[in-house]
Amino acid sequence: MDIKKIRIKLLFLLMILLILFILAICVGRYGISPVDVIRALTFDDTMDPLIKNVVLQVRLPRILMSMIVGAGLACSGASYQCIFGNPLVSPDILGVSAGAGFGAALGILLSGSAVVVQGQALFFGLIAVVIVLCISRVNKKTELFMLVLSGVIVGAFFEALISLVKYVADPQNTLPAITVWLMGSLASVSYQKVIICSVTILPCTVALMTLRWKMNLMSLDDEEAISMGVNVERVRLIIIVISTLMTAVSVSLCGIIGWIGLVIPHIGRFIVGDDHRGLIPACVIIGAGYLLVIDSVARTLTAAELPLSILTAMVGAPFFGVMLRKTMGNGGNG
Amino acid sequence: MKLEVRNGSFGYGDKLILKDINFEVGEKTIMTVLGPNGVGKTTMLKCIMGFLKWTKGDNYLDGRRIGSYTDKEFWRKTSYVPQAKRSVFSYRCIDMVVMGLSSRQNFFDTPSKEDYKKAEAVMDMLGISDLSEKHCNALSGGELQMIMIARAIISEPELIILDEPESNLDMKNQLRVIDSIVNITRKMGTSCLINTHFPDHALSISDTTLMLGYNNQLLLGRTEDIVTEENIQRFFNVCSKIVSFNISSEEYRTIFPYKVAK
Repeated sequence: MDIKKIRIKLLFLLMILLILFILAICVGRYGISPVDVIRALTFDDTMDPLIKNVVLQVRLPRILMSMIVGAGLACSGASYQCIFGNPLVSPDILGVSAGAGFGAALGILLSGSAVVVQGQALFFGLIAVVIVLCISRVNKKTELFMLVLSGVIVGAFFEALISLVKYVADPQNTLPAITVWLMGSLASVSYQKVIICSVTILPCTVALMTLRWKMNLMSLDDEEAISMGVNVERVRLIIIVISTLMTAVSVSLCGIIGWIGLVIPHIGRFIVGDDHRGLIPACVIIGAGYLLVIDSVARTLTAAELPLSILTAMVGAPFFGVMLRKTMGNGGNG
Repeated sequence: MKLEVRNGSFGYGDKLILKDINFEVGEKTIMTVLGPNGVGKTTMLKCIMGFLKWTKGDNYLDGRRIGSYTDKEFWRKTSYVPQAKRSVFSYRCIDMVVMGLSSRQNFFDTPSKEDYKKAEAVMDMLGISDLSEKHCNALSGGELQMIMIARAIISEPELIILDEPESNLDMKNQLRVIDSIVNITRKMGTSCLINTHFPDHALSISDTTLMLGYNNQLLLGRTEDIVTEENIQRFFNVCSKIVSFNISSEEYRTIFPYKVAK
């Protein structure tokens, strides 16, 4: 597909995202008209302070967060799929999610303070990746299949540790807290979290965007990529570190939100094709929109909040199945 | 441009697959590497390109050890054409061809309009302009191989290394690939080092031939001296007949293997 055509499609997606953004602020227990939303967002002083408060203090941080996290997860998913040359790979392949999940569960078990939980989640998420990289590095070289297998091993190990933590947790209060946390939620979002999120995930997203042409080369065989002057091992490490950091940060702040990193890149390919110059920006936009919609549904559908992973999987899995049938598993090139 | 391999040996543990390989590929020459399955033809190419390391011996480019070039320097002078196979992600052919320029780009560069013009020119020269908007995974094997060749020559290398470029292709596409190799050498002055399963092709296009056999046997010399009935029997274990004929005052030679040697 022509770069020009891709640009038009991206612009179109961006417009849809903007509309979704406004609509998402409107919906909720307390309905607000789109006009009021725009007035509040433009800091109109003459309006009802209650509405303004709901928009700016309650809904906006959560919506910003969902967009940043969604964009990050989708973008790192696309990068992983490119690096591993396998469209069925997702950011948790290197055991990040399991590691971070264990860190958070342990944090909830031991203290319950948000800082400890988030800190431990990030710490163990990164530890998991470091272990994976250590196991898979043989003779100063990292083979792809070693990396993937090490990820499975480390993931399984941390899953076991999560089960252990759950087993010893108090079934009255800490166990439910851990279980809910592991299913992902944006309910406790504050501007502080939004800031943590933006200073980590946004620069990472920008970094991946600048590497999007390199990703085309990286998705070829290693030897082919090397023969075109690409330092394959270094670029691969850079992309893995960036994507992993993004995943770890988002897991540490909002729990495990599955499926986005797997499904969104496929939707992106369906719309703009396999070329990463279009795919990476498309994933950023679609990922942001997708989690925005999912989170809005999660907070409005029932009186109690629904955990995000339930929705992302319940919407994502059937959708993925249909996409797969439709494209016969070869992206959007028909 | 001069590529030399001096005393190249490669093996796993004690067993040497390749032993004491010595040859050079000079300016504007086509060299073919012939040999039965499993004698290490592809391994040899990989050792030359640095994907594998010679256990002993070394490669030299213009008299300098290849190890002393940075990867970028080396790949600016050399291009590699792998055997065509489908990739996981499918790009437009013209994008695929443009990728060949990345050894000349800086880290964050994306291809420019001029790069695309260059790609169009190269595809035009090879007679595959009509493919440019198609997606690679929608191509036939022969078309895909031509795209790989276009991708290799767009960076105007001094040496192209091709690993069995005409395997798995039908007759017409084999001829297309072979003809383009000759064309490239003539027009661009590029040298080619080609692994092939077809002694026919060696006879029709190459200047020199390296014949590899089991138990580390090898022969090196001008193609017509190397590709002979006796050598084919010795290295490939088949009895064959070399036939030459004229069509509109052009001489063609072909080799016909008629039975397995006892």
